Amino acid sequence: MQVTMTVNGDEVTRDIEPRLLLVHFVRDHLGLTGTHWGCDTSNCGTCVLWMDGEPVKSCTVLAAMADGRDIRTVESLEVDGKLDPVQEGFLREHGLQCGFCTPGMLMTARWLLDRNPDPSEHEIRETICGQICRCTGYENIVRAIRWAADHPAGAEAEEMSA
Amino acid sequence: MQTPAPFEYERATSVEDALALLERHGPDARLLAGGHSLLPMMKLRLARPEVLIDINDLAGLSYIRVDGDHLAIGAMTRHADVLASPVLGEHYSVFHDAERVIADPIVRNRGTVGGSLCQADPSEDLSAVAAALRAEIVIRSTNGSRSVPAREFHTGPYETAVGPAEIVEEIRVPIRPGAGSAYQKVERRAGDWAVAAAGCYVVLEGDTVSEVGIGLTAVGAPHFCAPDAEEWLRGQQPTDGAIATAAQLAADGCEPQSDQRGPADYKRHLAGELTRRALHRAVARARTGSNGQGA
Repeated sequence: MQVTMTVNGDEVTRDIEPRLLLVHFVRDHLGLTGTHWGCDTSNCGTCVLWMDGEPVKSCTVLAAMADGRDIRTVESLEVDGKLDPVQEGFLREHGLQCGFCTPGMLMTARWLLDRNPDPSEHEIRETICGQICRCTGYENIVRAIRWAADHPAGAEAEEMSA
Repeated sequence: MQTPAPFEYERATSVEDALALLERHGPDARLLAGGHSLLPMMKLRLARPEVLIDINDLAGLSYIRVDGDHLAIGAMTRHADVLASPVLGEHYSVFHDAERVIADPIVRNRGTVGGSLCQADPSEDLSAVAAALRAEIVIRSTNGSRSVPAREFHTGPYETAVGPAEIVEEIRVPIRPGAGSAYQKVERRAGDWAVAAAGCYVVLEGDTVSEVGIGLTAVGAPHFCAPDAEEWLRGQQPTDGAIATAAQLAADGCEPQSDQRGPADYKRHLAGELTRRALHRAVARARTGSNGQGA
Protein backbone atom coordinates (compact mmCIF):
# COMPACT_ATOMS: atom_id res chain seq x y z
CA MET A 1 0.00 0.00 0.00
CA GLN A 2 1.04 3.61 -0.47
CA VAL A 3 1.27 6.07 2.43
CA THR A 4 1.80 9.80 2.38
CA MET A 5 2.55 11.79 5.49
CA THR A 6 4.36 14.90 6.63
CA VAL A 7 7.60 14.15 8.44
CA ASN A 8 9.39 17.07 10.07
CA GLY A 9 7.61 19.41 7.68
CA ASP A 10 8.32 17.49 4.47
CA GLU A 11 5.72 15.40 2.65
CA VAL A 12 6.91 11.84 2.02
CA THR A 13 5.26 9.05 0.03
CA ARG A 14 6.36 5.42 0.16
CA ASP A 15 5.12 1.97 -0.76
CA ILE A 16 4.99 -0.20 2.35
CA GLU A 17 3.62 -3.43 3.73
CA PRO A 18 0.63 -2.77 6.00
CA ARG A 19 2.40 -4.55 8.85
CA LEU A 20 5.34 -2.15 8.86
CA LEU A 21 5.70 -0.39 12.20
CA LEU A 22 6.11 3.36 12.26
CA VAL A 23 9.47 3.13 14.06
CA HIS A 24 10.92 1.03 11.22
CA PHE A 25 9.34 3.30 8.63
CA VAL A 26 11.12 6.40 9.91
CA ARG A 27 14.39 4.59 10.58
CA ASP A 28 14.71 2.24 7.61
CA HIS A 29 12.59 3.85 4.90
CA LEU A 30 13.35 7.50 5.67
CA GLY A 31 16.81 7.09 7.20
CA LEU A 32 15.82 9.06 10.30
CA THR A 33 17.70 6.93 12.80
CA GLY A 34 17.46 9.46 15.61
CA THR A 35 14.32 7.66 16.74
CA HIS A 36 15.52 4.53 18.49
CA TRP A 37 13.98 1.10 18.43
CA GLY A 38 14.07 -0.56 21.82
CA CYS A 39 11.84 -3.00 23.63
CA ASP A 40 9.24 -3.49 20.88
CA THR A 41 6.55 -3.81 23.57
CA SER A 42 5.62 -0.15 24.27
CA ASN A 43 7.39 -0.27 27.62
CA CYS A 44 10.72 1.51 27.17
CA GLY A 45 9.70 4.68 25.29
CA THR A 46 12.87 5.26 23.30
CA CYS A 47 10.81 5.16 20.06
CA VAL A 48 8.61 8.09 21.09
CA LEU A 49 7.89 10.55 18.29
CA TRP A 50 4.96 12.88 17.70
CA MET A 51 1.93 12.05 15.60
CA ASP A 52 -0.43 14.99 15.05
CA GLY A 53 1.24 16.85 17.89
CA GLU A 54 1.11 14.10 20.51
CA PRO A 55 3.89 11.74 21.56
CA VAL A 56 3.30 8.09 20.66
CA LYS A 57 5.35 4.94 21.03
CA SER A 58 6.12 4.28 17.39
CA CYS A 59 6.84 0.57 17.91
CA THR A 60 3.12 0.18 18.60
CA VAL A 61 1.77 2.27 15.73
CA LEU A 62 1.58 1.02 12.16
CA ALA A 63 3.09 3.21 9.47
CA ALA A 64 -0.26 2.76 7.74
CA MET A 65 -1.97 4.43 10.70
CA ALA A 66 0.23 7.49 10.12
CA ASP A 67 -0.99 7.89 6.54
CA GLY A 68 -2.18 11.49 6.14
CA ARG A 69 -0.86 12.52 9.53
CA ASP A 70 1.86 14.86 10.73
CA ILE A 71 4.96 13.17 12.17
CA ARG A 72 7.69 14.92 14.09
CA THR A 73 10.88 13.14 15.12
CA VAL A 74 13.83 14.07 17.30
CA GLU A 75 15.67 15.33 14.21
CA SER A 76 13.28 18.29 14.11
CA LEU A 77 14.31 19.69 17.50
CA GLU A 78 17.51 21.34 16.33
CA VAL A 79 16.86 24.23 13.93
CA ASP A 80 19.68 25.75 11.86
CA GLY A 81 22.31 24.51 14.25
CA LYS A 82 20.53 25.81 17.33
CA LEU A 83 19.62 23.16 19.85
CA ASP A 84 16.17 23.04 21.39
CA PRO A 85 16.38 24.03 25.09
CA VAL A 86 15.58 20.44 26.08
CA GLN A 87 18.58 19.24 24.09
CA GLU A 88 20.73 21.90 25.69
CA GLY A 89 19.39 20.90 29.10
CA PHE A 90 20.41 17.28 28.55
CA LEU A 91 23.84 18.50 27.46
CA ARG A 92 24.39 20.81 30.40
CA GLU A 93 22.88 18.64 33.13
CA HIS A 94 24.41 15.40 31.85
CA GLY A 95 20.95 13.95 31.14
CA LEU A 96 22.42 10.96 29.35
CA GLN A 97 25.23 8.49 29.49
CA CYS A 98 24.77 5.90 26.74
CA GLY A 99 22.11 8.01 25.04
CA PHE A 100 19.85 5.18 24.00
CA CYS A 101 16.72 6.48 25.74
CA THR A 102 17.47 10.11 24.90
CA PRO A 103 15.43 10.65 21.70
CA GLY A 104 12.24 9.50 23.38
CA MET A 105 13.01 11.48 26.51
CA LEU A 106 13.61 14.63 24.46
CA MET A 107 10.35 14.33 22.51
CA THR A 108 8.32 13.70 25.65
CA ALA A 109 10.08 16.57 27.46
CA ARG A 110 9.33 18.98 24.62
CA TRP A 111 5.64 17.93 24.70
CA LEU A 112 5.47 18.43 28.46
CA LEU A 113 7.02 21.90 28.33
CA ASP A 114 4.78 22.99 25.46
CA ARG A 115 1.75 22.14 27.60
CA ASN A 116 3.18 23.01 30.99
CA PRO A 117 6.11 25.45 30.83
CA ASP A 118 6.80 25.28 34.57
CA PRO A 119 6.39 21.64 35.64
CA SER A 120 7.12 20.44 39.16
CA GLU A 121 9.59 17.63 39.67
CA HIS A 122 6.64 15.31 40.29
CA GLU A 123 5.00 16.34 37.02
CA ILE A 124 8.25 15.71 35.15
CA ARG A 125 8.67 12.26 36.69
CA GLU A 126 5.02 11.41 36.03
CA THR A 127 5.31 12.41 32.37
CA ILE A 128 8.41 10.29 31.70
CA CYS A 129 7.20 7.31 33.75
CA GLY A 130 6.66 5.29 30.58
CA GLN A 131 10.28 5.68 29.52
CA ILE A 132 13.17 3.67 30.80
CA CYS A 133 16.74 4.88 31.37
CA ARG A 134 19.26 2.39 32.72
CA CYS A 135 22.15 4.82 33.14
CA THR A 136 21.20 7.99 34.95
CA GLY A 137 18.79 6.94 37.67
CA TYR A 138 16.56 9.67 36.13
CA GLU A 139 17.94 12.33 38.47
CA ASN A 140 19.88 14.14 35.75
CA ILE A 141 17.07 13.73 33.24
CA VAL A 142 14.68 15.48 35.60
CA ARG A 143 17.28 18.24 36.11
CA ALA A 144 17.77 18.53 32.35
CA ILE A 145 14.06 19.02 31.72
CA ARG A 146 13.89 21.48 34.59
CA TRP A 147 16.85 23.36 33.07
CA ALA A 148 14.91 23.65 29.81
CA ALA A 149 11.91 24.98 31.74
CA ASP A 150 14.14 27.61 33.35
CA HIS A 151 15.72 28.59 30.02
CA PRO A 152 12.84 28.59 27.51
CA ALA A 153 14.93 30.39 24.91
CA GLY A 154 18.12 28.45 25.62
CA ALA A 155 21.24 29.76 27.32
CA GLU A 156 22.73 31.38 24.25
CA ALA A 157 19.84 33.81 23.90
CA GLU A 158 20.08 34.71 27.57
CA GLU A 159 23.84 35.26 27.35
CA MET A 160 23.39 37.51 24.36
CA SER A 161 20.79 39.63 26.09
CA ALA A 162 22.79 39.79 29.32
CA MET B 1 12.41 -7.96 15.88
CA GLN B 2 8.70 -8.45 16.48
CA THR B 3 6.51 -8.06 13.43
CA PRO B 4 2.89 -9.00 12.99
CA ALA B 5 1.91 -11.62 10.42
CA PRO B 6 0.77 -10.08 7.13
CA PHE B 7 -2.70 -8.56 6.99
CA GLU B 8 -4.75 -6.25 4.85
CA TYR B 9 -5.27 -2.70 6.11
CA GLU B 10 -8.47 -0.71 5.72
CA ARG B 11 -9.34 2.65 7.19
CA ALA B 12 -12.97 3.28 8.08
CA THR B 13 -14.41 6.72 7.41
CA SER B 14 -17.57 6.34 9.51
CA VAL B 15 -19.27 3.88 11.84
CA GLU B 16 -21.41 2.73 8.90
CA ASP B 17 -18.30 2.23 6.82
CA ALA B 18 -16.62 0.25 9.63
CA LEU B 19 -19.67 -2.01 9.89
CA ALA B 20 -19.76 -2.50 6.13
CA LEU B 21 -16.07 -3.43 6.14
CA LEU B 22 -16.63 -5.86 9.00
CA GLU B 23 -19.47 -7.50 7.10
CA ARG B 24 -17.45 -7.69 3.90
CA HIS B 25 -14.36 -9.21 5.48
CA GLY B 26 -16.03 -11.56 7.94
CA PRO B 27 -14.83 -12.88 11.30
CA ASP B 28 -11.10 -12.71 10.42
CA ALA B 29 -11.25 -8.91 10.45
CA ARG B 30 -10.54 -6.93 13.59
CA LEU B 31 -11.16 -3.30 14.45
CA LEU B 32 -8.00 -1.32 15.24
CA ALA B 33 -8.45 1.49 17.78
CA GLY B 34 -5.41 2.64 19.80
CA GLY B 35 -3.67 -0.61 18.95
CA HIS B 36 -1.73 -0.76 22.20
CA SER B 37 -3.13 -4.15 23.13
CA LEU B 38 -3.93 -5.63 19.73
CA LEU B 39 -0.62 -4.82 18.00
CA PRO B 40 1.53 -6.36 20.78
CA MET B 41 -0.63 -9.49 20.59
CA MET B 42 -0.22 -9.57 16.83
CA LYS B 43 3.55 -9.24 17.19
CA LEU B 44 3.52 -12.28 19.44
CA ARG B 45 1.18 -14.04 16.95
CA LEU B 46 -1.36 -14.46 19.74
CA ALA B 47 -3.70 -12.63 17.37
CA ARG B 48 -3.60 -13.09 13.59
CA PRO B 49 -6.40 -11.11 11.96
CA GLU B 50 -6.49 -11.22 8.17
CA VAL B 51 -7.76 -7.65 7.96
CA LEU B 52 -7.35 -4.66 10.26
CA ILE B 53 -9.98 -1.95 10.06
CA ASP B 54 -8.51 1.26 11.47
CA ILE B 55 -11.22 3.29 13.22
CA ASN B 56 -8.99 6.14 14.43
CA ASP B 57 -10.66 8.55 12.01
CA LEU B 58 -14.04 8.09 13.73
CA ALA B 59 -13.74 11.32 15.72
CA GLY B 60 -17.50 11.21 16.28
CA LEU B 61 -16.94 8.35 18.73
CA SER B 62 -14.68 10.46 20.94
CA TYR B 63 -16.74 12.33 23.54
CA ILE B 64 -17.67 12.49 27.20
CA ARG B 65 -21.01 14.07 27.98
CA VAL B 66 -23.99 14.12 30.27
CA ASP B 67 -26.95 12.52 28.50
CA GLY B 68 -30.03 12.91 30.70
CA ASP B 69 -29.42 10.87 33.85
CA HIS B 70 -26.41 9.08 32.35
CA LEU B 71 -22.81 9.82 31.52
CA ALA B 72 -22.02 8.82 27.95
CA ILE B 73 -18.46 8.01 26.93
CA GLY B 74 -17.71 7.42 23.26
CA ALA B 75 -15.83 4.22 22.51
CA MET B 76 -12.91 6.05 20.83
CA THR B 77 -12.33 8.35 23.80
CA ARG B 78 -8.65 8.13 24.71
CA HIS B 79 -7.50 7.31 28.22
CA ALA B 80 -5.85 10.74 28.39
CA ASP B 81 -9.23 12.39 27.75
CA VAL B 82 -10.91 10.35 30.48
CA LEU B 83 -8.21 11.45 32.92
CA ALA B 84 -8.60 15.09 31.89
CA SER B 85 -12.42 15.11 31.99
CA PRO B 86 -13.92 17.40 34.66
CA VAL B 87 -17.37 15.85 34.09
CA LEU B 88 -16.16 12.35 34.96
CA GLY B 89 -14.20 13.67 37.92
CA GLU B 90 -17.27 15.47 39.22
CA HIS B 91 -19.47 12.37 39.16
CA TYR B 92 -17.08 9.45 39.58
CA SER B 93 -13.53 10.01 40.73
CA VAL B 94 -13.02 6.26 40.31
CA PHE B 95 -12.34 7.07 36.63
CA HIS B 96 -9.53 9.47 37.46
CA ASP B 97 -8.10 7.19 40.16
CA ALA B 98 -7.97 4.33 37.66
CA GLU B 99 -6.68 6.32 34.70
CA ARG B 100 -3.77 7.69 36.71
CA VAL B 101 -2.45 4.12 37.00
CA ILE B 102 -3.35 2.81 33.54
CA ALA B 103 -0.14 2.42 31.53
CA ASP B 104 1.75 5.74 31.18
CA PRO B 105 0.95 9.19 29.75
CA ILE B 106 2.23 8.33 26.26
CA VAL B 107 0.24 5.10 26.00
CA ARG B 108 -2.80 6.93 27.41
CA ASN B 109 -2.60 9.27 24.40
CA ARG B 110 -3.46 6.33 22.15
CA GLY B 111 -5.39 3.72 24.14
CA THR B 112 -9.18 3.99 24.03
CA VAL B 113 -12.01 3.16 26.41
CA GLY B 114 -13.78 0.93 23.88
CA GLY B 115 -10.56 -0.80 22.89
CA SER B 116 -9.70 -1.57 26.49
CA LEU B 117 -13.09 -3.12 27.16
CA CYS B 118 -13.07 -5.10 23.90
CA GLN B 119 -9.57 -6.43 24.45
CA ALA B 120 -11.09 -8.04 27.57
CA ASP B 121 -7.77 -8.65 29.25
CA PRO B 122 -8.50 -10.28 32.63
CA SER B 123 -6.25 -7.64 34.27
CA GLU B 124 -7.74 -4.60 32.57
CA ASP B 125 -8.66 -1.70 34.84
CA LEU B 126 -11.65 -0.06 33.13
CA SER B 127 -13.43 -3.42 33.01
CA ALA B 128 -13.47 -3.38 36.82
CA VAL B 129 -14.60 0.26 36.83
CA ALA B 130 -17.43 -0.46 34.38
CA ALA B 131 -18.50 -3.51 36.39
CA ALA B 132 -18.41 -1.56 39.68
CA LEU B 133 -20.53 1.24 38.22
CA ARG B 134 -22.96 -1.17 36.51
CA ALA B 135 -22.30 0.58 33.23
CA GLU B 136 -24.02 -0.38 29.99
CA ILE B 137 -22.08 -1.01 26.81
CA VAL B 138 -23.83 0.10 23.61
CA ILE B 139 -23.01 -2.18 20.67
CA ARG B 140 -23.98 -1.32 17.13
CA SER B 141 -24.47 -3.42 14.02
CA THR B 142 -26.20 -2.76 10.71
CA ASN B 143 -29.39 -3.94 12.42
CA GLY B 144 -29.23 -1.14 14.98
CA SER B 145 -27.94 -0.73 18.53
CA ARG B 146 -28.24 -2.93 21.57
CA SER B 147 -27.14 -2.39 25.14
CA VAL B 148 -25.32 -4.98 27.24
CA PRO B 149 -24.70 -4.63 30.99
CA ALA B 150 -20.98 -4.37 31.76
CA ARG B 151 -21.37 -7.40 34.00
CA GLU B 152 -22.49 -9.47 31.00
CA PHE B 153 -20.13 -7.92 28.48
CA HIS B 154 -17.12 -10.13 29.16
CA THR B 155 -17.80 -13.75 28.32
CA GLY B 156 -14.31 -14.99 29.22
CA PRO B 157 -10.66 -13.99 29.02
CA TYR B 158 -10.24 -11.94 25.81
CA GLU B 159 -13.86 -12.70 24.87
CA THR B 160 -16.81 -10.34 24.81
CA ALA B 161 -20.45 -10.16 23.80
CA VAL B 162 -19.44 -8.17 20.69
CA GLY B 163 -20.22 -10.12 17.51
CA PRO B 164 -17.97 -10.25 14.46
CA ALA B 165 -19.90 -7.57 12.58
CA GLU B 166 -20.50 -5.29 15.55
CA ILE B 167 -18.76 -2.25 17.01
CA VAL B 168 -18.84 -0.86 20.53
CA GLU B 169 -20.16 2.64 20.27
CA GLU B 170 -20.63 4.02 23.77
CA ILE B 171 -20.30 3.32 27.47
CA ARG B 172 -23.20 4.59 29.58
CA VAL B 173 -22.98 5.10 33.33
CA PRO B 174 -26.01 6.03 35.47
CA ILE B 175 -25.47 9.29 37.36
CA ARG B 176 -25.98 8.73 41.08
CA PRO B 177 -26.07 12.07 42.90
CA GLY B 178 -23.90 12.06 46.01
CA ALA B 179 -22.06 8.87 45.13
CA GLY B 180 -18.48 8.52 46.33
CA SER B 181 -16.13 6.30 44.38
CA ALA B 182 -12.50 5.21 44.36
CA TYR B 183 -9.97 2.86 42.74
CA GLN B 184 -7.01 1.15 44.37
CA LYS B 185 -4.35 -0.78 42.49
CA VAL B 186 -1.11 -2.53 43.26
CA GLU B 187 1.32 -2.78 40.36
CA ARG B 188 4.92 -3.96 40.24
CA ARG B 189 6.15 -0.80 38.54
CA ALA B 190 4.70 2.32 36.93
CA GLY B 191 2.57 1.44 33.93
CA ASP B 192 2.33 -2.30 34.51
CA TRP B 193 -0.82 -4.38 34.57
CA ALA B 194 -2.35 -4.74 38.02
CA VAL B 195 -1.20 -7.42 40.43
CA ALA B 196 -4.66 -6.74 41.79
CA ALA B 197 -7.04 -3.78 41.80
CA ALA B 198 -10.44 -2.86 43.19
CA GLY B 199 -12.86 -0.06 42.36
CA CYS B 200 -16.15 0.85 43.93
CA TYR B 201 -18.88 3.41 44.43
CA VAL B 202 -21.21 3.92 47.39
CA VAL B 203 -24.32 6.02 47.91
CA LEU B 204 -25.21 6.87 51.50
CA GLU B 205 -28.66 7.64 52.89
CA GLY B 206 -27.97 9.19 56.24
CA ASP B 207 -25.30 6.87 57.51
CA THR B 208 -26.48 3.78 55.72
CA VAL B 209 -25.16 2.37 52.47
CA SER B 210 -28.13 2.48 50.10
CA GLU B 211 -26.23 1.55 46.94
CA VAL B 212 -22.85 -0.01 46.35
CA GLY B 213 -20.92 -1.47 43.42
CA ILE B 214 -17.59 -3.27 43.68
CA GLY B 215 -15.34 -4.19 40.76
CA LEU B 216 -12.13 -6.21 40.82
CA THR B 217 -9.52 -6.97 38.20
CA ALA B 218 -6.59 -9.38 37.81
CA VAL B 219 -7.88 -11.64 40.58
CA GLY B 220 -10.29 -13.93 38.72
CA ALA B 221 -13.46 -12.26 39.96
CA PRO B 222 -16.33 -13.55 37.78
CA HIS B 223 -17.50 -10.69 35.54
CA PHE B 224 -15.05 -8.34 37.32
CA CYS B 225 -17.47 -7.84 40.25
CA ALA B 226 -18.16 -8.87 43.85
CA PRO B 227 -21.93 -9.37 44.21
CA ASP B 228 -21.79 -11.14 47.60
CA ALA B 229 -19.88 -8.27 49.15
CA GLU B 230 -22.26 -5.73 47.62
CA GLU B 231 -25.33 -7.57 48.86
CA TRP B 232 -23.92 -7.80 52.36
CA LEU B 233 -22.94 -4.14 52.59
CA ARG B 234 -26.17 -2.71 51.22
CA GLY B 235 -28.28 -1.47 54.15
CA GLN B 236 -25.35 -1.55 56.59
CA GLN B 237 -23.63 1.36 58.24
CA PRO B 238 -20.17 1.65 56.68
CA THR B 239 -18.21 0.96 59.86
CA ASP B 240 -14.67 -0.42 59.79
CA GLY B 241 -16.06 -3.83 60.69
CA ALA B 242 -18.76 -3.82 58.03
CA ILE B 243 -16.29 -2.74 55.36
CA ALA B 244 -13.81 -5.40 56.49
CA THR B 245 -16.49 -8.09 56.20
CA ALA B 246 -17.47 -6.91 52.72
CA ALA B 247 -13.81 -6.90 51.70
CA GLN B 248 -13.40 -10.46 52.94
CA LEU B 249 -16.47 -11.54 50.93
CA ALA B 250 -14.98 -9.87 47.86
CA ALA B 251 -11.71 -11.76 48.36
CA ASP B 252 -13.60 -15.04 48.87
CA GLY B 253 -15.33 -14.58 45.51
CA CYS B 254 -12.05 -14.41 43.58
CA GLU B 255 -10.14 -17.18 41.84
CA PRO B 256 -6.70 -15.64 41.31
CA GLN B 257 -4.00 -17.47 39.37
CA SER B 258 -0.36 -17.61 40.41
CA ASP B 259 1.88 -16.03 37.78
CA GLN B 260 4.91 -13.79 37.45
CA ARG B 261 2.99 -11.00 39.19
CA GLY B 262 2.52 -13.00 42.35
CA PRO B 263 1.15 -16.12 44.01
CA ALA B 264 -2.59 -16.73 44.24
CA ASP B 265 -2.83 -16.30 48.01
CA TYR B 266 -1.09 -12.90 47.84
CA LYS B 267 -3.47 -11.75 45.12
CA ARG B 268 -6.45 -12.91 47.15
CA HIS B 269 -5.12 -10.95 50.12
CA LEU B 270 -4.77 -7.89 47.89
CA ALA B 271 -8.31 -8.32 46.57
CA GLY B 272 -9.63 -7.99 50.11
CA GLU B 273 -7.26 -5.24 51.22
CA LEU B 274 -7.74 -3.10 48.11
CA THR B 275 -11.51 -3.51 48.32
CA ARG B 276 -11.32 -2.37 51.94
CA ARG B 277 -9.25 0.69 51.06
CA ALA B 278 -11.41 1.60 48.07
CA LEU B 279 -14.60 1.34 50.13
CA HIS B 280 -13.16 3.52 52.90
CA ARG B 281 -12.11 6.17 50.40
CA ALA B 282 -15.45 6.04 48.56
CA VAL B 283 -17.38 6.40 51.83
CA ALA B 284 -15.20 9.35 52.88
CA ARG B 285 -15.78 11.01 49.53
CA ALA B 286 -19.54 10.40 49.72
CA ARG B 287 -19.62 11.94 53.20
CA THR B 288 -17.68 15.06 52.27
CA GLY B 289 -19.27 15.39 48.85
CA SER B 290 -15.73 15.72 47.52
CA ASN B 291 -15.72 13.20 44.76
CA GLY B 292 -12.62 14.84 43.37
CA GLN B 293 -9.42 15.25 45.32
CA GLY B 294 -10.63 14.74 48.86
CA ALA B 295 -9.77 11.99 51.34
